[in-house]
Amino acid sequence: MNDIKKTLSGWCVAGFAGIYCMMSALPLFASTVLDGQMVFKAGHASLQHWLLPVTPESPDDNQPTAARIALGKQLFFDPRLSGDSNMSCASCHHPSLGWGDALPTGRGAKSEMLARATPTVINTGYNPIQMWDGRKKTLEEQALGPITAKQEMNMDLTVLLDFLKTNTGYQQAFADAYAGQPLTPELVAKAIASYERTVISRNSDFDRWVQGDSKAMNAQQVRGFKLFVDPNKGNCSVCHSAPNFTDNGFHNLGLASFGEENPDLGRYSEKPIRMMKGAFKTPTLREITRTAPYFHDGSAKTLDAVMTHYIVGGVVKTNVSPNLKALTLTAQESADIIAFLQALESPFVEVTLPQLPLH
Amino acid sequence: MKSLKFFTLIVCLSSVSVTTSLCAEVFEVGQKNKAFTQKALVIKVGDTVSFKNEDAFFHNVFSLSDAKLFDLGSYPQGVARDVTFDAPGEVEVECAVHPDMTMTITVQ
Repeated sequence: MNDIKKTLSGWCVAGFAGIYCMMSALPLFASTVLDGQMVFKAGHASLQHWLLPVTPESPDDNQPTAARIALGKQLFFDPRLSGDSNMSCASCHHPSLGWGDALPTGRGAKSEMLARATPTVINTGYNPIQMWDGRKKTLEEQALGPITAKQEMNMDLTVLLDFLKTNTGYQQAFADAYAGQPLTPELVAKAIASYERTVISRNSDFDRWVQGDSKAMNAQQVRGFKLFVDPNKGNCSVCHSAPNFTDNGFHNLGLASFGEENPDLGRYSEKPIRMMKGAFKTPTLREITRTAPYFHDGSAKTLDAVMTHYIVGGVVKTNVSPNLKALTLTAQESADIIAFLQALESPFVEVTLPQLPLH
Repeated sequence: MKSLKFFTLIVCLSSVSVTTSLCAEVFEVGQKNKAFTQKALVIKVGDTVSFKNEDAFFHNVFSLSDAKLFDLGSYPQGVARDVTFDAPGEVEVECAVHPDMTMTITVQ
């Protein structure tokens, strides 16, 4: 991981060899502290459930090693994993654009417009469920989806394996990473997942404030945090909950696009329960300042637009989540919440492109 | 079963079929801190489970299992909705809003 310029305080593209931020691991979902019981004082014990563990958990059969992460990084940035050899995972999940693409909805093969916004890779390793509709649980299950989807990277897995098996550089990299294991599509997915789990944001100003640095957030940001968790004000943490600012749940937010003809039904395609029509997974808010535009349809360009949407309680009321309600917020209070959201940004970490094996 | 909360009021039915327990019981399963208060429950055919929301936000309990298909819809804190299980089998119960919330009910 020497090719990554590291700042320990950054949203670590965390190196494997113990360069993670200096916190001991915390159980991700162990806390039962209620937001209403929190004391808004830097470092207070009641806040600690907002801290993420040092590293996401990995499956037993894909424990991270330096070789696996390095291989996954090569695969992540290699455009030859696409049918036209011109798109890599990073084409849509670009580190310079919050590990997204800054587009309302993604662009796939032949620049075809996709139906949904590109989700960020940041902190997906902490999530027990992946994709806007939750159709995959682990990063290993998810990784091959965009590679093989005709609308996205449009790669035939037979062609992919032929390429990797005849490339001596990749042969060696797979042997180093997964000794004795046959090179299969699943192994490709495991390597990519290993790399994605290093894309972590857990050392923001907010994190440092929770750890006890009273100067890490200013007074407005602390006010914003109070509003964020107050069910009678921002009501944000009802879904954007600790510690990754997501409940990994599914909600119809009353977006205008759900009122259009033949709307995207979202989670309903996976779980045909009425309330899931038009429901999509709650995204993390960590690094939110780097991942505009917002919502699954990319319909909000700014955080101001997001706040406006929530203040009115959504514009299409059909099947809207009952957890969503119109908010009573002053302009100042809305600005306070946005100021708090800005505290969820960690120092930028540059990512150096890996050398890819030509033959 | 000792650790399970359940209502002791049992209505003994005189006209139930032979496959149904003569004394149907009502069990209570809460939804608290985005989890069911029990991960597994064993009941008998004819028993009822009352799913009570103890969280300050909405849940939506459902099952798509062959043994029992139901969708209780979304309901807020303090509200309980009941399901009577009328056939044996394994029933996977989930919350539609929070997919981490799962439990299994074995109907004997």
